[in-house]
Amino acid sequence: MTKKNVIEKIWENHVVNRTEGKPDLLYIDLHLVHEVTSPQAFEGLRISGRRVRRPDLTYATMDHNVPTIDRHIINDQVSKKQIETLEQNCREFGIELADIDHPDQGIVHVIGPQLGLTQPGKTIVCGDSHTSTHGAFGALAFGIGTSEVEHVLATQTIWQQRPKTLQIKVNGKLGFGVQSKDIILAIIAKFGVNAGTGYIMEYTGEAIRDLTMEQRMTICNMSIEAGARAGLISPDQTTVEYLRGRRYAPQGEEFEAAAAKWLALATDEGAAYDKTLEIDATEIEPQMTWGTNPSMGSGISGTVPSPDQFEREADKESVRLALDYMGLEAGTKLTDIPVDFVFIGSCTNSRLSDLRAAAEVAKGRKVQGNVTAIVVPGSQTVKQQAEAEGIDKIFMEAGFEWRDSGCSMCLAMNDDVVPAGKRCASTSNRNFEGRQGNGARTHLVSPTMAAAAAVTGHFTDVRELSSVNL
Amino acid sequence: MQPINQFTGVVCPLNRTNIDTDQIIPKQFLKRIERQGFGQFVFYNWRFDEEGNKREDFIMNKPQYEGAEILVAGENFGCGSSREHAPWALLDYGFRIIIAPSYADIFYNNSVKNGILALKLTEEEVAVVMERSKEEGYRLHVDLEKQSVNDENGFVAHFDIDPYWKKMLLNGWDEISVTLTEEDYIRQYEEKVYGQQYS
Repeated sequence: MTKKNVIEKIWENHVVNRTEGKPDLLYIDLHLVHEVTSPQAFEGLRISGRRVRRPDLTYATMDHNVPTIDRHIINDQVSKKQIETLEQNCREFGIELADIDHPDQGIVHVIGPQLGLTQPGKTIVCGDSHTSTHGAFGALAFGIGTSEVEHVLATQTIWQQRPKTLQIKVNGKLGFGVQSKDIILAIIAKFGVNAGTGYIMEYTGEAIRDLTMEQRMTICNMSIEAGARAGLISPDQTTVEYLRGRRYAPQGEEFEAAAAKWLALATDEGAAYDKTLEIDATEIEPQMTWGTNPSMGSGISGTVPSPDQFEREADKESVRLALDYMGLEAGTKLTDIPVDFVFIGSCTNSRLSDLRAAAEVAKGRKVQGNVTAIVVPGSQTVKQQAEAEGIDKIFMEAGFEWRDSGCSMCLAMNDDVVPAGKRCASTSNRNFEGRQGNGARTHLVSPTMAAAAAVTGHFTDVRELSSVNL
Repeated sequence: MQPINQFTGVVCPLNRTNIDTDQIIPKQFLKRIERQGFGQFVFYNWRFDEEGNKREDFIMNKPQYEGAEILVAGENFGCGSSREHAPWALLDYGFRIIIAPSYADIFYNNSVKNGILALKLTEEEVAVVMERSKEEGYRLHVDLEKQSVNDENGFVAHFDIDPYWKKMLLNGWDEISVTLTEEDYIRQYEEKVYGQQYS
């Protein structure tokens, strides 16, 4: 029998039709919908008189635009209209919606897994590039554009070229105080923002196997930042135990049968990939970015590089532009860079374990006086769970703001904006120019590193803070 | 979408690598529920300053590139967010053709589905076009059927394109209509996997 990797197995299970000279037509098992990338798709259906083929496989929420404070006051009329449009579309086409008042509301990539909608072996799409998050379960999950959203709504299928497969092997064990966010930032810093272009990735190796599901989601979430539409981790017992008892997961005996099928999807021993890249986990230190794309980063012990350190003319120019935008001088120690804002949240790092880890750093300390620090749980459920553990109190006593859930300051579509020229330590996924606000300067870090920056007022190696239980 | 085959237009060079979709169309413009009208916001933060005044030094604002219909850029164009507002904005602004050494996967798909030909030339060829398009009125002729690009001064390049996408672009087909001809296969799949049909 041919040995296959998890990507090939899921792909083959979903081919509706394969014809020479055409991409494969794949069936989609779960379509997640949010307010920003769907209105034009529903409008397209209306114009063509088409309906949604599988409302039962479609699930919607609102996350990008929603206020995280004074939940019901949306001053921006255009945002308000977009949110109302999603409500109308879900009513008209019969789609289940976790709206702003719903206890299940949250960032789409946080609630899918939390509800057990995300399961191994599924094909999952959403009009959002961070759909790669769901790959942590051994699901083939990728972001699509609005035309494709309309296509999936109408046909429950999508045309896809068979991609090449790329194995990212993370060898060895993570060191003290190093988080899964540091693994993915180190991977992107080492291999670049287009290492995965044209590929679907699978993360393997001891350091990946050791991670919890929430930590795995952080890694897969940023696959797109390495250029890959999708990044998977083979299902294992950790995956199965996470899903046991979740609302939309199979229950009872059906669960055991499903679990056996899920485990069989794992990559066969000795299966091949088109390409393999390796990284040593033992060498990864806490990471932070200094530039304007996620590959412009290094370990916290590093310094801001000079454009001259880069070989290619195009890279020199990119670094020059990045340093100019970021207001940084080459040679500056990363730990000497001050912060004005701290954002703990986003589909990358807003789950309960992220908040617990950051709270551990914040406990008994104070946010520096000139720093604005906000914590935005990934879903209302995460918020409730954190409050039940007293995590909200730890943050608030330390001087952090405790908000309602949403995408918030990751892309600043709501009122959570970093002002021009201000510097933000952010647990999100993109440090692009203007991402957190026009002229805002973003440094990507893990939740513990963000908390450490908040309480010291500058970037800090969290491992050097005394008596932190990391 | 509009079919495309032979096309001639003025070229605007945007000499940067890794241009992400947050730059092509910043998030403050994603709140609209229409498909049209995004052209005025394309590269907004590069074209306009904080007060909304034109940045005269930004290349697209130079008079010689007014009305340009071909955009040439560095590698990994369109990385980041999946927002289809990016190709909508480029198209609405007037760009029918993009030339770069490589594209992000989602952006590439989104472009094709809107009738934008995002064609790949080698880094060397892109460098030639970047250089030559500094000259006022520099135009390129693109022939999709023949998969070739040329100017009036002897520059000729061939580009590869997937035959499926080529056909879609040449014909301007609506992909959903194409897929609905596969209805029998979709039903068979649903019968096999879900035990019933949903059409």
